Amino acid sequence: MNVEFKNVNKHFGNVHANKNINLTIPSGSIQGILGENGAGKSTLMKVLSGFIHADSGSEILLDGVPVIMNSPADAIKHGIGMLHQDPLDFPPMKILDNFLLGMPSSFFPNRKEATQDFNLLAKEYGFSLDPENYVDSLTVGERQQLEIMRLLFLGVRLFILDEPTTGISTAQKEKLFTTLRKFPEQAMTVIFVSHKLEDVESLCDRVVVLRAGELVGELTPPYQTKKFVEMMFGKEVTLGERQSAPVGETVLSLNDVSLEDARLKIKNINVEVREGEVIGLAGMEGSGQNLFMRACAGLVRPVGGKIQLKSQDLSGKSYHVFKRNGVSFLPAARLEEALVPGLTLTDHFVLAEEPRGIFIDRVAGQTLTQERIQSFNIRGTPHTPVESLSGGNQQRAELALLQNPLSLILLEHPTRGLDIESVIYIWGKLKERCKQNASIIFMSSDLEEILQYSDRVLVFFSGKISQPLDANKTSVEELGELIGGKGWAEIGGEHA
Amino acid sequence: MTQETILIGLAGILAASAPIVFAVLGETLSERAGVINLSMNGTILLSAMGGFAVAYTTNNIVLGFLAGMLIGALVALIVAFASITLNQSQVAVGFVLALTCRDLSYFLGNPYMGVPGPRLQAMPIPFLSDIPILGTLFFRQDAITYISFMAIILTWVWVYRTRPGLMLQGIGEKPAAAYIRGANVNLMRYVYTIIGGALIGLAGPAFSLASRAGWMGTISGLDGFGWIALSITIFGGWNPARAAFGAYLFGFLQWLGLVLQPVLTQVPSQVLQVAPFPLMILTLLLVNIGNAEWVDRTLAAMPESTRKFFAKLLRAMRASPPAALGVPFERD
Repeated sequence: MNVEFKNVNKHFGNVHANKNINLTIPSGSIQGILGENGAGKSTLMKVLSGFIHADSGSEILLDGVPVIMNSPADAIKHGIGMLHQDPLDFPPMKILDNFLLGMPSSFFPNRKEATQDFNLLAKEYGFSLDPENYVDSLTVGERQQLEIMRLLFLGVRLFILDEPTTGISTAQKEKLFTTLRKFPEQAMTVIFVSHKLEDVESLCDRVVVLRAGELVGELTPPYQTKKFVEMMFGKEVTLGERQSAPVGETVLSLNDVSLEDARLKIKNINVEVREGEVIGLAGMEGSGQNLFMRACAGLVRPVGGKIQLKSQDLSGKSYHVFKRNGVSFLPAARLEEALVPGLTLTDHFVLAEEPRGIFIDRVAGQTLTQERIQSFNIRGTPHTPVESLSGGNQQRAELALLQNPLSLILLEHPTRGLDIESVIYIWGKLKERCKQNASIIFMSSDLEEILQYSDRVLVFFSGKISQPLDANKTSVEELGELIGGKGWAEIGGEHA
Repeated sequence: MTQETILIGLAGILAASAPIVFAVLGETLSERAGVINLSMNGTILLSAMGGFAVAYTTNNIVLGFLAGMLIGALVALIVAFASITLNQSQVAVGFVLALTCRDLSYFLGNPYMGVPGPRLQAMPIPFLSDIPILGTLFFRQDAITYISFMAIILTWVWVYRTRPGLMLQGIGEKPAAAYIRGANVNLMRYVYTIIGGALIGLAGPAFSLASRAGWMGTISGLDGFGWIALSITIFGGWNPARAAFGAYLFGFLQWLGLVLQPVLTQVPSQVLQVAPFPLMILTLLLVNIGNAEWVDRTLAAMPESTRKFFAKLLRAMRASPPAALGVPFERD
């Protein structure tokens, strides 16, 4: 399907989110759309998928015919389907019900026939999904597969994928890319929206870059990463040299610690974390990293073994004891677990301070907030409710909320969904903490990030933990294999 | 007790529970779409009074039932309008309506206090009623009890086996996802809230024209059933069949209290009368025990095969509310 944007404009109040976009996407191609957070990618895709109307005068042509789409369901009728960043599916329901829901069918859907159709389609694309299974037991990658199947079955010819590689493992990413590469053969078109250069480079036939609502240019292979970064930010940005702080005494030590929850058991963990050190946790989602991290934060009680913080035994103590001893935990779900939606930045900073009396000193709180906003470069005012901040700014606010001094900072996916500028900024702030003798443990599904910023790496594979690997001596390839369960004999690091 | 008295007792439970069955089915439909109709207790009282008054005045029992449904639908319309269109809190609006409708029923029902009115008669079904045991249990009931049986089956089939029912599940779970699948979320919420309200409204005349015939004002003894029905909806895990089972369980516990009174003379009769209520809470706890963390731990320590069995059992018992229950939907 051939898509043409003609003079597409979109205003939200005073904000000009899309400025005069002109773009033709030929049938059977994989088109990348690159841009940092807030560049206008999502707005443009929402226009194309029927979620919002563009300003009048804007035109969208499908195979040369101008179309007006009033709703996402309308867009699907025109053959346009979108895979959303948070899969729009129904977790407590069965896969088959998810597949059937919204499908044109008879009044009593024929479940047997649908199961056959489903299995056939799954086989064709090499997905292994059991239609009788529940969606809440699937990984994000598998939920994407389900959505792709549903859209294929609805006759979608143009797939829009919004940041699809966020939160899925490397193996699942490869699987997704293999699937997408098959589409052009059947004259289907793919629009791949991302801020991840490597993903766009490895998948797309052609890439346009959006910046501040404008289309700044189009590139075709061979791609030059430098060129992309320049177009995205209007200037050069580099990750900088790997730097590691000199390490000091042991801060956290785990002796023969065993952890378990309903799904997973990890036995005999022995790890020592030293002052100023950054430890990266690698592994597919749900391989035990979360459990490990929550045990270090005092949120999960170990079933055996000893957790010591600066030679003080904290095994079995509560989160508050850990916190009092200088452990801070920043969970991945920023608005669910870390910040309080509805409260402003000032409210957050006031809450995080040691209480002085029962009345709130508003003026002092606002001065403090203003200070932090400046020193952490948060785009917002003291009165901004946290939920209206962008992801990057929420993450900055979380960092600004950390107490000082701290002995140990635990971070789940600290830079997930953030653009490269924010990533660099956040790690700059974190490395400052390391220089002040804090240790950091973080998990990430981005292996490059793990190698770039950690001193040592722990790899998780279904409840097994590797020996700490020196980040200087390992590689993305080695980590990738370990994550997939290969090469564990060579490193001899099997604890379990 | 002979077998015959037990059978008749059980058949009585099925008939006496019919109003609660309608109420929980109605509430289940409404909540499945994402709207909590908290007015239920008042709606039942008002429709009981209204249904009785209409049947008494027109001397037409069918009109009485229809009047009850109309009252339920109108109250539900207020809930829907306030929450969907005006974006007000469903809990606040529902609660106020619950109190208003109750008092309204006492006030407007004054002229009909204690007057002898029409009552639905038992209607044994030929042949079927002669089947041993089943005949006594299911086929010697009155018309509204038969309708309550059918309503359970119809609602269950609608929710789990039809295309619109599937969409209904989606609307209550994640309206945005239902919307991209072509649902008109807010219109559907109106429709299901009103249909649910009509079913709740049927509960009133099912009391006042059948199982507890007549209108006795404040001493009708109907005040409170709406709240019970609300908790049974939760017990039922928003599944019509399970909710109906909850209604029967509650009826059974009440009946047990009556039957045991002459046997357990040392227990004060008040205890037996009140016992069903805490027992319902206990079952609620039991059903949702799978959500507790210590259960997770205990399970993890079990051998694999036992663990799997219990995990499956708990998963089947556990009920989680529709995720978008009480959450307004706006398209972007």
